[in-house]
Amino acid sequence: MSLIKCDKLMIGYDKTMVSSVLNFEINEGDYLCILGENGAGKSTLMKTLLGLIKPISGNLIFEEGLNSQKIGYLPQQTLVQKDFPASVEEIVISGTLGNGGFNFFYSHQQKELAARHMRELGIYDIRKSAYCNLSGGQQQRVLLARALCATDKLLILDEPVNGLDPNASSELYELIKSLNRNGVTIIMVSHDINVATKYASHILHMGKTKSFYVPKEKYLMSNAWSIGRRGGNKDE
Amino acid sequence: MSNVLYDLGYYLSFPFVRYAIIVGTLISLTASLLGVTLVLKRYSFIGDGLSHVAFGAVAIASVFSLTNDTLLVFPITIICAILLLKSGGNGKVKGDAAIAMLSVGALALGYLILHVFSTSANVSGDVCSTLFGSTTILTLSIQDVWVSVILSFVVLILFIFLYNKIFAVTFDENFAKATGIKADRYNLIIAMIIAVIIVMGMKLVGSLLISALIVFPALTAMRVMKTFKSVVITSALIAVISALFGMFISIVASTPVGATIVVMDIVIFLVFSLIGKVTGR
Repeated sequence: MSLIKCDKLMIGYDKTMVSSVLNFEINEGDYLCILGENGAGKSTLMKTLLGLIKPISGNLIFEEGLNSQKIGYLPQQTLVQKDFPASVEEIVISGTLGNGGFNFFYSHQQKELAARHMRELGIYDIRKSAYCNLSGGQQQRVLLARALCATDKLLILDEPVNGLDPNASSELYELIKSLNRNGVTIIMVSHDINVATKYASHILHMGKTKSFYVPKEKYLMSNAWSIGRRGGNKDE
Repeated sequence: MSNVLYDLGYYLSFPFVRYAIIVGTLISLTASLLGVTLVLKRYSFIGDGLSHVAFGAVAIASVFSLTNDTLLVFPITIICAILLLKSGGNGKVKGDAAIAMLSVGALALGYLILHVFSTSANVSGDVCSTLFGSTTILTLSIQDVWVSVILSFVVLILFIFLYNKIFAVTFDENFAKATGIKADRYNLIIAMIIAVIIVMGMKLVGSLLISALIVFPALTAMRVMKTFKSVVITSALIAVISALFGMFISIVASTPVGATIVVMDIVIFLVFSLIGKVTGR
């Protein structure tokens, strides 16, 4: 059984569809890369998977025991966060709040979990530092550690390297790939076709009129990128 | 100097002065705690809008010559707080414009009502004291004091117990929602607490100056402090110090209470800005 299965899924706001009908499934250990032009509904799909908005029609089936709250999420940074006064520690541990039930203060387990993920991502030594003084790459690691605190099963990443320099970008990509090797299922939204074909195992190409979902090898062979591009731009 | 201390001791022997100092400090403290969240969420203007709404409500209450105007002012302000928060994201009128409309509208309506219906001989004086606080803080009854003390403690306890959730919702509302924190519920609680603080704070500094108590300590603390916990603690300390010193100065120099506290806030803000610049944070 797949982790997530989307069957004739239509997504959008207020009954207005923003993308074509989607059919795809995600299995454990997959690395799915979502490609597509601006406005093809990538963010909307992500928000739907996270349960922030409801699908218009079709089925979105989660594996038993999984639901949209058990998905880790690396959002794009907002302007508010850039100068937000918070330490690395404070941000990472806030990721444990969702599944913590209703306790008022952080339990020992929650602190342990946060410490483990900070070590894993190499930010344990800077855990007392202020978030706003970190480099872009370090900030993304902090948010990634927070997402891992929410789950270590399935992560959704929204253009994680946005605004990073090439070095920091490839470092972050390698980090994400190593998480994937350790069994974390990854769903990543990206602009970058080269990255998608280098790291991903599956590709979901979203277009306004037609979307398709294929394993990476098939995507490369079919030269689907250019087909997808034409399909996306034509509004027939 | 000993003269000043003697004066202060003399004034402190009056119960109403002691009440004023207790209530003033507590209000300033609670306002500063919630202020951290409001400033960081870019919601400071909600505090400003609500204080004008509260002014309008006070005007209506005075026309009906209600003996206890808080019974009317509390519900109206809380309802407006909820409405403003709801309109923030998806209303037809966008958040900041809605607040501008509501606050100026309430201010105008309140003044109009007071002017047309008021039976008092000194309308401008009434308006002035509602807007700038002046003497109301010194006319608190023992019941007023108890209500303020209890409400302040409720706010404090709520803030301490919800601290972690408030951080999560403030830092990243979408992430909080996605991982199953009921962000809307916490936003609602925050809005209601703000409404309560504003109504209480009107007695101290008046409706025009109350948003100073909300935004100044938080902004000041952020000049120097860079973690959430240190910002919260520092802004609480700043709030208590500025309220105490502001009130002492206003007693001794007989200046208006509200304005003096706010000036204290401004002075501390400037000092912290300087420290922030010098230490290069």
